[in-house]
Formats: sequence, structure tokens, C-alpha cells
Amino acid sequence: MKSDISIKMARCKGCGICVAFCPKQVLALDELGKVRVVNGEACIACGQCELRCPDFAIFVDRVKEAAK
Amino acid sequence: MIERSYEKYFRQNHLPHLWCPGCGNGIAMKAIVQAIEKKPGFTQDNTVIVSGIGCSSRASGYMNFDTLHTAHGRAIPFATGIKLARPDLNVIVITGDGDCTAIGGNHFIHGCRRNVDLTVVLFNNNIYGMTGGQASPTTPVGKKATTAPYGSVDRTFDACKLAQAAGATYVARSTAYHVPHLVNMIAGGLDNKGFSFIEALVQCPTAYGRKNRMGSPANMMMWMRDNAVMKAAWDKLPDEKKTGEKFPIGLFYSQSDIDYDTAYDEVIERAGGAKK
Amino acid sequence: MSKARLMQGNEACAEGAIAAGVRFFAGYPITPSTEVAETMARLLPKVGGKFVQMEDEIASMGAILGASLAGAKSMDATSGPGFSLKQELIGYAALAEIPCVLVDVQRVGPSTGQPTAPSQGDVMQVRWGTHGDHPMIALSPWSVRETYDMTIEAVNLSERFRTPVILLMDEVVGHLRENVELPDPSEIEIYPRRQPKKTRAEGYEPFEPDEDLVPNVADFGKGYRIHVTGLVHDDTGFPVGSPKVTADSIRRLHEKIARAEDEIVKTESYFLDDADYAVVAFGGTARTAYEAVLEARKKGLKVGMLRLKTIWPFADKAVAALAKQVKGILVAELNYGQIVQEVTRAAAGACPVEFCGKYNMQAFEPDEIESQIAALCGEAVK
Repeated sequence: MKSDISIKMARCKGCGICVAFCPKQVLALDELGKVRVVNGEACIACGQCELRCPDFAIFVDRVKEAAK
Repeated sequence: MIERSYEKYFRQNHLPHLWCPGCGNGIAMKAIVQAIEKKPGFTQDNTVIVSGIGCSSRASGYMNFDTLHTAHGRAIPFATGIKLARPDLNVIVITGDGDCTAIGGNHFIHGCRRNVDLTVVLFNNNIYGMTGGQASPTTPVGKKATTAPYGSVDRTFDACKLAQAAGATYVARSTAYHVPHLVNMIAGGLDNKGFSFIEALVQCPTAYGRKNRMGSPANMMMWMRDNAVMKAAWDKLPDEKKTGEKFPIGLFYSQSDIDYDTAYDEVIERAGGAKK
Repeated sequence: MSKARLMQGNEACAEGAIAAGVRFFAGYPITPSTEVAETMARLLPKVGGKFVQMEDEIASMGAILGASLAGAKSMDATSGPGFSLKQELIGYAALAEIPCVLVDVQRVGPSTGQPTAPSQGDVMQVRWGTHGDHPMIALSPWSVRETYDMTIEAVNLSERFRTPVILLMDEVVGHLRENVELPDPSEIEIYPRRQPKKTRAEGYEPFEPDEDLVPNVADFGKGYRIHVTGLVHDDTGFPVGSPKVTADSIRRLHEKIARAEDEIVKTESYFLDDADYAVVAFGGTARTAYEAVLEARKKGLKVGMLRLKTIWPFADKAVAALAKQVKGILVAELNYGQIVQEVTRAAAGACPVEFCGKYNMQAFEPDEIESQIAALCGEAVK
């Protein structure tokens, strides 16, 4: 795990922008249409999802290996 | 997680905002507060956010400053009054393509001409979103709107060229896709003591995208990615390659010139009046 | 040496504004109000204030609202067509409770009309011109000195009630030159900008009404981080789509003025003690009507005059009392019949109300009103 992905669910409107721009297919929309982490291990903490989230709902923090 | 430092600039009890899923306005609003955060001279108590009417203009209500949601098209006159009455306050205007270039077009060009020290951020979604998708002065020719069901035949404004021609002293464009670039363009506007104009292209998936079969919000942002050309590259591009839907982004114009309030201080001096 | 100065009504308006503490003026040239803007352009920088000539009538109204929210007492001046253009933002000022004074030096209309000619055709436009539903305060001076005093009063009322106030002038008074002696600044009462009585920590809400139903909205830049909108809002200032909040809000806007009507509404009576008949007039027309009444009195007619200094709210009580006292009322005004409708309504049938109107670019001659006074007296005697 190189990253810590946090989601403020109350803000997510399920637009799919984060899903589309994730280069590692870490994210998906769930049955209710909200974002869900489906492949957290693949996250490279590039922050593309957070950068373009129009609802300030998803946050990615890099986690130092030593801190694991 | 670490709470993001820009969160303090939002009125938390008013989030989530009312914009549609995938609307680019949220991205542009966050870019504004991130630009503010870069400027130590801009605090929550010395900065006023003024907006007009429309989707863009609902932003003011979410921002934790003194905020003013004015009438349709009139944000710049209100902002002018605030700035002249309290020159020590930073005044930022949030407007939309209909608000700024249609009903507020006269105020826009004269704000530029006067060079009042305002930073105007235009959220350009190419449509009247709040009223359900009518054509605006930036709806491209051929694109559909509820009031242009066969495709728009109205020619468009290039708001940046308009601002520059009218006398704005800082003119830039970016998009909701190019977030760090957008933040920098706005931050540059905040630095300029004079009328700064930043056009932020934002996607409207609900009213504009759907009607014009532009796909998902992400697809609309990929269109921005694929068609925006940085100014330096654009300038080197031969005219025959400036085709299709390609458009330039970046800082188009920056020229230091005396702002209205500084000029008026000289009037006060000449009239023998005491400075406030 | 006399301190008297020869001054025009429009200039007196500007001088009064400065004396009242107005430090921001935005305007757009329009006859016959332009001298107000010109005088403000000259005087404001002398006192550290600011003048800006905006690109149109709407912009100048917007600018004064912005300046007022930032703490500056603010004024704009126009004439009928310009007033029409400002209406949306006058409604905005009423709902968002932004103090401001708008001077309307009336001219003949509709449309471009007769720009340099006197009229009183905006009586109803200043009251009912905006969309929606809100009260209005409008004052109308009849002399140069009173223009000065009433401008101060208009500024004070706008600050006290946080509402737009209209100074309803006409070309007769606006361009009239008279020798006036202005009061010493120490004699002038100024209503200061209302200030918050609580901090945010103590639960301050910007639109929470005080005991007089008027909110103490913080000026911008004072650290309160308030939100101001033209949408119907609750005490917090944020829009609320609730029928109850909407009704409460509109009721309070009306009630804050209505409960103070006895203080706001002013009239002046002349020769009414023994009068059997009365003329009702306002503004420049009242000057002529007064002459006509004097002449009629010389001829033995027991006629008096009620001058409306406050046009809105309408002087219902004074007119109702007058209608009970006299056998007939003549309303003189420079239009096709506007304030006469209000007089008729307030008289409520207690006596006949006759109309003396003029709308041909010319102010009344005293004998035009006097002959109608005679007709009123004669007809009622029959």
C-alpha cells in the first residue's frame, strides 16, 4: 500500500471523473453509483482523482513504506 | 487522512454543493480558493467574493468569506462599488458566460476599460445551465441548445480577446482539466493590481454535453485535454493547423497599468481632499 | 456678512448628501438630474469620497449597492427613464436590505419624453415599479433649502431602516435657484451605519431583526463573513425555499416601515385651521398651489393646503383627517392623475376629490390652480 484513499461519501455524486482518470483502475462506481476503491493496492498516489473531483469527495495521501 | 488546508475556505455546512454530478464548477471554485491560499495578502476577512446569477454564481454561497450574490449580469458593478469604497479589500468576481458576456457584457467591457482592481473568473460552460440549456454567447456555432434546436447560428464571443481589447491588464484562460494550470492562471490574476480576467472552461454535462452528445463528464474533460493548446505552442502553430476545435490556453496578456482606485487617489489629491 | 448662497436644487441635493455623510456616488448623465452627479464629482474628492461615472444606469445602481455593503453611505441620481432601468436593483436593495438613496428628478414621459421639462409622472413608478412586493420610502422637496434637508433625511432613513429611499424631485425644484443659508454641520443629525451587536461566537446572524425589525447587517471587511443575496433568505442570509420563511421575510420588510409610519410620514398644512376647501400638492407644484391658495384667500375663499413632504408611505391619516374637515379637496400635480388616486382612496368618500392635472411640459401658473379652486368652492356651494 503506497497510498491512503479517503472518500467523503456525503459529497460524492458518482460523476465518474475519478474513475475515468485513474491510470491504474483503482476506482469504480458501486451499485448505488458512488465511488468505491476496488483495487487499492494498485494505487500509485498520483492524485489525478483528487485533482479533478468536482465535489471535493476523494483524497489521496501518500503513505511512507516505513509507516506501514 | 490529512484534512485539506483549502477546506477552511468553504462553508462546510453548505456542502455538498448544488451543482450536477460531473459539473466543472466545483473544480473551478476549488482552483480559486487554492489560488487564494497561495497569496498571503488574501485572507478570509479581507477578501470579498462577488457573483452574478447562474450556475457559476452559486459559488459565492459556498465560500467562507464576505460573499455577495448579486443580480443577473451585475456582479462587476457591485464589485466596483465595493473596491472603490474599501480599496483595502481584495475583490474576486465569479461569473458565467451568459452572466458576463450577454446580460453583463457592457459592465464587463467597461470594468476592463476602467481597470478596476478586480479578479474576474468566468466559468464558461457554453450554455445557460440553470435555466435548462439555452444558447449563450459562447455556445459554439452548430452546437445545440434548447433555444437553438437546429444548432446555433449565432457567432461566439472570445471572452479573452474581448477583455484584452477592452483594456483588461491581465487575461488568461485555462480549463477544468488543467487544474494546476488553472490555479496558476488565477493566482497570477490575484497578483495583478488592475482588472484581471481568467476564463475557466468548465464542462456542463447535463445541459450542454447531453444535448451535444459529448459523453460523460470525464469525456468532456478529455475533450479539453485533447483540444487545449498551451499558448507558447499555439503561437508557433501555423494558421492552417489552428483548426477544428483546437483553442489556446495560458496567459494571453499582462500589462501593468494604473488601476482606477490609484488614479482616483490622484483626483482626491488634486481636489485637496483628505485620504480616507 | 450673510452666509446665504445662491444654489440650484440639484446642487443642494449634492451638498446635503455630503453633509449626511455620503462618501460614494455612482451615476450616469441624464437630464434634468445631471447637476447632482456633476456636483458630487466636484465635492466628493474634497472630502475623501469617491465618484464614478458608470457605463449605464443599471451599473451605477449596482455600484452604489456594492459600496454601501462595504460601509460607505451611497447615492445615485437619475430621471424617469434611468429610474426605470434601475428598478431591478431597487428591488434587490429592498430585499437584501442595503441602505442607499436614489434621486429621481422627474421629467415628462413616457419614453424619452420631454427631457428638459417638468413633470411629476414617476409617483407610481417609484412606488410600484419593481417586480415583487416591498415597501418604499419617497420624499419630495419643494424648495432648494428643503432639498438639502430632505437629502439628509433620505440618507438617515435609508440607514435607519436599511432600505432604498427615493428623493422624488422634479425639474422645477431641481433647476430652481434660490438663496439659501445652510445649517451649521453641528446642527445636522446623522443616523450612523447600524453595527452588529453580537459577535459570531455570541450567535450573530446578519439578517436577524433587531427590536425595530431592522437587521444589523455587518459591513463587508469586518470579519463577519456574511452572505448577501437577492434570493429570499432567512436570518443567516442564505437562501431558503420555505413558504414560511418567504412569508415572514416579506411581511417583515413591510412591517419595519409600516410600524414607523407616524415618524416617517410628514406633511405640512397651510391655512387649514378655518378652511372649507383644501388643495393637496407636493414638490414644485406645491409652490404654485401655495400662490394660488394665497390669491384665493385674498378673494375670500376659505381654502387651505396640505403639502405632502413624504410621498411614500402615503399620508393616509393626514388626508383622511383633511377629508373629514373640508367640503372638497383639489389635487394638483404635473401628470395625468397619479397621487390623486391615493388621495381619493385615503379620503374614502368623506368629501369630493377633484383633480387638477397638467402634462404639457409646462409648470402650473397660479391662476390655473386658482380657477379650479374657485370652481371647487362654487360647485360645492350649489
